[in-house]
Amino acid sequence: MARLTIPAEELMTPGHLGCPGCGATLAMRYLLKGLGPRTMLTVPACCWAVMSGPFPRTCVEVPFLDCAFEATGASIQGLRAGLDARGVKDVTVVGFAGDGGTADIGLQSLSGFLERGVDAIYVMYDNEAYMNTGVQRSGATPWGAWTTTTPEGRTKPQEKKDIMAIVAAHNVPYAATACVAFPEDLVKKVEKARGIRGPRFLHVLAPCPPGWKYAPEETIRLGRLAVDTRVFPLYEVEGGRYTITRKIGKGKPVAEYLAKQGRFGHLTEAEVAEIQRRVDARWAKLEALARTTAEVTP
Amino acid sequence: MQRMLTGNHAQSLAAKLARVQVVAAYPITPQTTIVEGIAEMVAAGEFPCEFLEVESEHSALQACISAAAVGARTYTATSSQGLLLMHELLHWASGLRMPIVMGVVNRAVAPPWSIYADHTDTVAQRDTGWIQYYCESNQEVLDTVLQAYRVAEEFRVMLPAMVMEDAFYLSHTFEPVDAPSAEEVDAFLPPLEMPYALDVDRPARFGSFMAPDAYMEARRNVADGMEASGRVIEDVEREFRERFGRDHGGALPLFACDDADAVLVVSGTAASTARHVAREMRAEGKRVGVAKLRVFRPWPVAAVRALAAKVPRLAVLDRSFTFGFGGALFQEVRNAVQSPRAGPLVRGYVAGLGGRDIVPATIRAIFDDVLAKDGPEVSWVGLQEVTEWPA
Amino acid sequence: MIPVRALRADVSSAVEKTGTWRTFRPTIDRARCTRCNVCWKFCPDVAITLDAEGWPVIDYEHCKGCGICEVECAPRAIAMEKE
Repeated sequence: MARLTIPAEELMTPGHLGCPGCGATLAMRYLLKGLGPRTMLTVPACCWAVMSGPFPRTCVEVPFLDCAFEATGASIQGLRAGLDARGVKDVTVVGFAGDGGTADIGLQSLSGFLERGVDAIYVMYDNEAYMNTGVQRSGATPWGAWTTTTPEGRTKPQEKKDIMAIVAAHNVPYAATACVAFPEDLVKKVEKARGIRGPRFLHVLAPCPPGWKYAPEETIRLGRLAVDTRVFPLYEVEGGRYTITRKIGKGKPVAEYLAKQGRFGHLTEAEVAEIQRRVDARWAKLEALARTTAEVTP
Repeated sequence: MQRMLTGNHAQSLAAKLARVQVVAAYPITPQTTIVEGIAEMVAAGEFPCEFLEVESEHSALQACISAAAVGARTYTATSSQGLLLMHELLHWASGLRMPIVMGVVNRAVAPPWSIYADHTDTVAQRDTGWIQYYCESNQEVLDTVLQAYRVAEEFRVMLPAMVMEDAFYLSHTFEPVDAPSAEEVDAFLPPLEMPYALDVDRPARFGSFMAPDAYMEARRNVADGMEASGRVIEDVEREFRERFGRDHGGALPLFACDDADAVLVVSGTAASTARHVAREMRAEGKRVGVAKLRVFRPWPVAAVRALAAKVPRLAVLDRSFTFGFGGALFQEVRNAVQSPRAGPLVRGYVAGLGGRDIVPATIRAIFDDVLAKDGPEVSWVGLQEVTEWPA
Repeated sequence: MIPVRALRADVSSAVEKTGTWRTFRPTIDRARCTRCNVCWKFCPDVAITLDAEGWPVIDYEHCKGCGICEVECAPRAIAMEKE
């Protein structure tokens, strides 16, 4: 019988209302395994605001405070200050928000949280659109993706917003990308973040079957492909030092990743080639950052 | 101890005396010296609290809500645009039953930009479930912040409260204030006890979403808190008098109303001017009185009806305009008077917007108008004839 | 009057039997299963537990039949069967 590669304890219960195959629920499940029970979550409007089901239910075994859509960064700060004022020092405060709630409407309070050095963790689970309201585009939606507000004929004309670059510009002690298809890596990064003081940020890719238009059983395969095609690199930024945590020699062709998703089904060969070009350019830039910042002491 | 304090520093001192644990605020004229005062006391080691800089008023109030959710006593302050920006969170604070106290310096809303006294900012929040006090002196500001914590934190209330002061007339004007000692305040205001604060040892979700089967009851629960607060406000005022030797008259303090032919209902510093004019007019043989509306929420129905029962004419001054038929105070006074035909004549007056000074002549004009036989139900006082916009 | 902690929710979501959502149900063939625990690891619904000997056990009251376990099972010990 094989040894477990992630902690055994479950702090999430079944019976939640996540779609079958939901990546966002895996993000929470693994996050909680890395954090342990002495954790407080604050969550804005997003899929996770409805995940537990209606009052009086909750599907996580840690305190969970609902907050306003724009204000996750501020809510984190308030929780930390309140706990400090009451002498409670050993509870980790964590904001858990979607891509829309972080990169768009929540960007101001995220920046405030990062800039003021609040001692807490912010996790952005990224399903690349406003999924809870029915798949509308967000700043994190990739170029060329279908959403209900970027339908065929006008699929997303802008590139995906580089939230990690924005976070890194605040000079935080720790920021990292992770993907639900690599739970050991995700848990390890959460555990590492726990041991660091100051503002910490995790960007977790969470594939979404109805929003990305693929069969639910493919969630983990798709997450792996996102990473192995270099569309979603796994890396850390520690006080300015970039480290690629999953090195990939020659990435798989992005076409393999795109072909599995209905939201990219309309792409022409030229558009797929363009995406490949952009992925390659971004990867090269990331490698350059890793090289030039290798000597930076965080 | 007697001190010369501005209204703003009365707020900061009250927050310190109340042993507030978390302060989160964003600067806006004319509130700024409240927060600067707190920052100075924190830096001097006199005020041990978590002092949070935030990047907007919306975030300031969210930070207070979240800090309160884990049982900390919180304070914030704002004005005008900042209060409007907080609007969404005002509903969150009352809906979650967080006993936050907020100082609001009443300032006009843009556009056009104006930093001067006007109550539209807070009147526009009357639907948000916050207890609302309007003060007319810096003593009252200090005392009311202390009272507000007692009221807000009472278990059957558990609602946030705002304590108002007029821009510049109070915020930046020095008045003598009797500041109680820390020991006196400690005896009056015990530490916050919040039995449902978030706790890792008893995990729960706080907020939720609700189906139609329960939402209405949840809102009724909040309404019950507001309903209960009226009585608590009076009780706390009484206790305050016993301990500190003074009070501010509860929800609707009356001046010369018993045999009045007309009474002016008014909030904020204009009440001081009104009392001054009422004395003058009484000396001239005109029987007028003043009812200061100190507590706007919860609306003091009983006190207003008791006044209406003995007075044939009421003038209601709204230092705000909310595009209804008459101002908000006018509407609420009229609404409380059960039967318009059986009760007093009620006329509404809009005055003092955007800092337009409410001078004795303004008040006199209102009394003269309400005492006159005929007149419009609602009018604006002090409006100038504008025949040509300035070039 | 509802008590003031009305917005405090502490009933486990497990009361919701999401197993009724299924069209297909996973079945585990113990002859092929190597107890690698990958299915447990990747279940978004916490609907697979491991017994004292490490055998995966499916909680049919909650399993939504997403099929991730079948796809990720390397020895192909899981099959999705029509309900």
